[in-house]
Amino acid sequence: MKARVFQKLIGKYMSEMGAEVYYQKFHPEGNQFHPLHFFSGPDSYTLLDNVSCASYGVNVAGIIRAPRGDGKESIVLVTPYDFINGGDYEALSLGITGTLFSLLARVTWLSKDIIWLVADSRYGDYRPVAAWLTEYHSPSFKDSDLLKCGELNTADKFRRAGTMAAALVLKVDGRSERFEDTLSIYAEASNGQMPNLDLINVVNYLAVHRQGFYVKVEKVVSLLSSSWLKIIGEIFEAVGKLAHTLNPDWNFGIPTADYLEGSATLASSLYSQALGIPTGPHGAFRDYQVDAITLKVSPRFPPDSKTRQHDFFLRGAKLLEGTIRSVNNLLEKFHQSFFLYLLTSPSKFISVGVYMIAFALLVASLPMVAASLYIDGCKALNNSTLNPAGNFKSWKWLDAAKQVFALHLFGLIVTLLPYFICQVPGQHSPSNRSIMWGTTSSSLLLITFATIPGCSPFSSRRHGTNWAVLKSVTISAAFIGLCLMSIINFATAEIGALLLVPTCLIVQPIKPALRSRRIKSLLGAFCSMVLLTIGFPVMLFAISKGLFGEGLVGLSLGGEFWTWLESLWAWKSATYLYIGMVHLPCWLLCLCILFHPS
Amino acid sequence: MASLVRSWIPLLILQSFLVAVAFGSKEAEQFSEALLLKPLPDRKVLAHFHFENRAPPSNSHGRHHHLFPKAISQLVQKFRVKEMELSFTQGRWNHEHWGGFDPLSSMNAKPVGVELWAVFDVPQSQVDTSWKNLTHALSGLFCASINFLESSTSYAAPTWGFGTNSDKLRYGSLPREAVCTENLTPWLKLLPCRDKDGISALMNRPSVYRGFYHSQRLHLSTVESGQEGLGSGIVLEQTLTVVLQPETTSVETNMQPSWSLSSLFGRKVVGSCVLAKSSNVYLQLEGRLGHESKNVDTEIEAHKLWKNADFDLSLKPDRVLRESSGLLFIFDIDKSSDSEPFDLGLNWKLPSKWSCQQAPLQASRFLMGSGNERGAIAILLKATESQEKLPGRELTDGRCTIKANIFQIFPWYIKVYYHTLQIFVDQQQKTDSEVLKKINVSPSTDKVSSGMLEMMLELPCEVKSAAISIEYDKGFLHIDEYPPDANQGFDIPSALISFPSHHASLDFQEELSKSPLLSSFKEKSLVRSYTEVLLVPLTTPDFSMPYNVITITCTIFALYFGSLLNVLRRRIGEEERFLKSQAGKKTGGVKQLLLRLTAKIRGRPIEAPSSESPAAESSFLSTKLIFKIILIAGAAAAWQYFSTDK
Repeated sequence: MKARVFQKLIGKYMSEMGAEVYYQKFHPEGNQFHPLHFFSGPDSYTLLDNVSCASYGVNVAGIIRAPRGDGKESIVLVTPYDFINGGDYEALSLGITGTLFSLLARVTWLSKDIIWLVADSRYGDYRPVAAWLTEYHSPSFKDSDLLKCGELNTADKFRRAGTMAAALVLKVDGRSERFEDTLSIYAEASNGQMPNLDLINVVNYLAVHRQGFYVKVEKVVSLLSSSWLKIIGEIFEAVGKLAHTLNPDWNFGIPTADYLEGSATLASSLYSQALGIPTGPHGAFRDYQVDAITLKVSPRFPPDSKTRQHDFFLRGAKLLEGTIRSVNNLLEKFHQSFFLYLLTSPSKFISVGVYMIAFALLVASLPMVAASLYIDGCKALNNSTLNPAGNFKSWKWLDAAKQVFALHLFGLIVTLLPYFICQVPGQHSPSNRSIMWGTTSSSLLLITFATIPGCSPFSSRRHGTNWAVLKSVTISAAFIGLCLMSIINFATAEIGALLLVPTCLIVQPIKPALRSRRIKSLLGAFCSMVLLTIGFPVMLFAISKGLFGEGLVGLSLGGEFWTWLESLWAWKSATYLYIGMVHLPCWLLCLCILFHPS
Repeated sequence: MASLVRSWIPLLILQSFLVAVAFGSKEAEQFSEALLLKPLPDRKVLAHFHFENRAPPSNSHGRHHHLFPKAISQLVQKFRVKEMELSFTQGRWNHEHWGGFDPLSSMNAKPVGVELWAVFDVPQSQVDTSWKNLTHALSGLFCASINFLESSTSYAAPTWGFGTNSDKLRYGSLPREAVCTENLTPWLKLLPCRDKDGISALMNRPSVYRGFYHSQRLHLSTVESGQEGLGSGIVLEQTLTVVLQPETTSVETNMQPSWSLSSLFGRKVVGSCVLAKSSNVYLQLEGRLGHESKNVDTEIEAHKLWKNADFDLSLKPDRVLRESSGLLFIFDIDKSSDSEPFDLGLNWKLPSKWSCQQAPLQASRFLMGSGNERGAIAILLKATESQEKLPGRELTDGRCTIKANIFQIFPWYIKVYYHTLQIFVDQQQKTDSEVLKKINVSPSTDKVSSGMLEMMLELPCEVKSAAISIEYDKGFLHIDEYPPDANQGFDIPSALISFPSHHASLDFQEELSKSPLLSSFKEKSLVRSYTEVLLVPLTTPDFSMPYNVITITCTIFALYFGSLLNVLRRRIGEEERFLKSQAGKKTGGVKQLLLRLTAKIRGRPIEAPSSESPAAESSFLSTKLIFKIILIAGAAAAWQYFSTDK
């Protein structure tokens, strides 16, 4: 009941300012795993058959029409607000946006319409915004049961305001730890998509130079205190200084502290992009090609101090007004080039032209090694076998390719398995589900090894595939997979390449190495064992968790891993597909090579 | 001024008499001006300037005009225009608050930008040529880029969806055209008094363009005389509709703001245009009928109409007319002078509220879908509150129905799939045959012509909402088809929704005066409303890409040819022999290399004297130069070859 009163109050407030107000009901249930939904766009409003009126959210939205505008474009302001147990900080964000909105209702310079969406954040920040956007862009004209729920009649009242030019999500949370008010910018949307860099630059410039906010973006805090990074930073600083004394034009040296900050931010930026999960409600806008960012403001005073509130309102609203004005005055769209970048600080970035080089250098070794291994393998085969079938020189790779293909098929099946596990009736805990998944996958793996001849690493047949050819085909497959992934989500491909490329390059059969007892080969075998252990996805997950400060062991790890994967597919992250269809098969193939009986 | 006017009048009378004698026509050219003011429910004021210029039918040869603008009559004669309307609009008409069912809104609520339609009196084969010539002529006349309508991709030939049934009709609109004083000045030039005298003197540019809505319209139609040897007469109607926000000091939000002509426009009317036959100011008040008795004969009753508890007017109206939904006060401005300017004011005393009559269905249009590949256009029709009260319902087969025409032009890069047309009535999907009475589709041809959709819907009277959606693919444009402007996206012009069975007119209870404005209001006009302009983001190439491509291609060419030539020119045997002979004496090679390296690092030139002769260097340089020139020329030729293939 309290929620209804609040919603009505906000609606009344908006309409008194001269805005067009409407309410939108939405169903909190949203994302469901469907194996084929990874690359499809935002699906149209699929109506559930059994809509219950027990739980539904209501968004309140108001539109200010630009007095002399043509109504072709609009700018969206979003403030998530929990209508039932919203705290003081959430109320502050409403206050800032409300102040701004009442100003915008009176100004004459608007050329784009302004939409203010108060999203019902009882069901999370993302879902209400996504529901509103779905209704905005792909409404269902059919009858819906949801509309009949409650006394609030929302049918046919939904209003639109043209193509969205940009969207800003404002949140106020927590007290700032620093002396200044802090502004955090979140930009990563699903699958590592970023909004246009210009939007971040505008906000950063206005916040730093006009309103005196301390602006930050997410960073991996544990990296800041790591000593090895510090040492590298110091080396860089020293080299930079030396270069500067040699030639005053060379100014690439940066202080160690900056280097540490930059690396921590870069790592966080790379990680959030690689994960493919949006870092806030702005992610919903990216699905519709709208540039959006989330601004989280932390005031330096407690929320109930009235004297400071005024100043805070003024500065927050001024920042938003400046940003809106910048977008409003822009006749064209943001330039199309600045979507591919990694942030190293709010004002610095690494563009695609630079970061592609690192990846290209990493991956470029793969085809060369594959070619050389193939030639070696062919020679070895020619020497060992003298049967007439050896005439088919060019078909040497076929056996190995069969194995590679079989394991990739296995990877695909493992990727799709969770969908069927979710269909198993009854309530299961995540750890139970992960056990189910693990057992089915391993039994499937055994079946694969048993049914396909020459596939198993444990078969003792000497005339199986030559390991060099197998490795060559594996490397080719890894190369193709990584290159494809780099187009879909670069950050995933980059991190994946860091793991997969050394593993693929270093792996060699362990038996000859043990037999030879030479230090070099023993070291190689040891390295490949370590890399393969790290490369196992579950292990990787545990290590990354450890890096972020949470240690996990035993069964809870399985449960956590399951929940993590669940979140990946719920957000349609291509990283999940990458793990299942590129990383896992290549890892298994490397395992096969390691235990190859040659 | 007054004396000047007085001395002019006999002269004018004499002149018009002479004209009448000279040409033997029955009636002379007439000009009349009028201004209609109307307070709007959302605390704004509408001002509608109306100028009418009539040229009677006369002999087709040797035509001279006295009041009628020569430019227009030449236009009509040259291009054989039967009827034409041109409008320049800025801002959006608010159908909810400013009305949608009166003649004023159905005639003056226009789409953003420029809209032009014309009916020609030429053989069918020449219509397109006439249209093209007309757009160019108008473009020059009004300082606007109307000539963009010349291209066959931007206009269409509606058959019945537009309201005028003619196969010689052409329609086009430019949503992106910005409207400014540049367009108003030539429009004013067509008036006999320009903006120097009469009502048009009120048009103070800053106040006119400060408004929320601004639409200047020019409508001309030819009147056939019906007699042999006589040409056709022309009626030129020029209107300017502005919606202004009066400045108010009152803090009370539900109180209507008081205003006067001088506070709205910053100017006052001093006398009428001497050339005008009639010049009147009208004040229309809607929704105040309840408290009046039938007879207004007595002086007190009449007085009460304009000075009562709710509001009072600063001037006494000359006449008061009643129509079905409100009052119309008529003022004659002939009496005003320099010393006593006409400054009508309306002063509200009590808060008052009323609502405008709305069209039976309110239309809104939006784009659906995401991504740069495909999408859908949806038109949503919602029933308004006043729908039940409106006349014009029809009974077909015992059912009460509302008819709605939809006319929409699609630019060719919006490739519409007409088979995906879906119609929902009250959230139920209907088959085409149930609601669609007539449909006319002309598909677009890539880069040649735009597509057009005309639909007649027949909806039940109790309809709450209706939705139409149609899917499309976004086209790819060739690089030179992108406009040189900032890339904002591409526009889909407004759709026109009209209601063929609903007609708007003002129904006066008293007999009419001869005012052209009132007679045009009394005529039944089709109720129509335009939807929003839509912006479609198309895939836009990065136009700096060719530059990057040229750079990278040249680099690769240079590397390839450089290494190739190097390999070809080298004589390895000679070099080896040379090296062998040198091996004995060479000592300081490493040292020299180091010296060079340090110099390079420090960014200073080498001080060591160069042993090479300048002549050798220059010849080397020239070969290098020639090589470079050849390379660039080759790249340019390749670029030219690839960019011009079509």
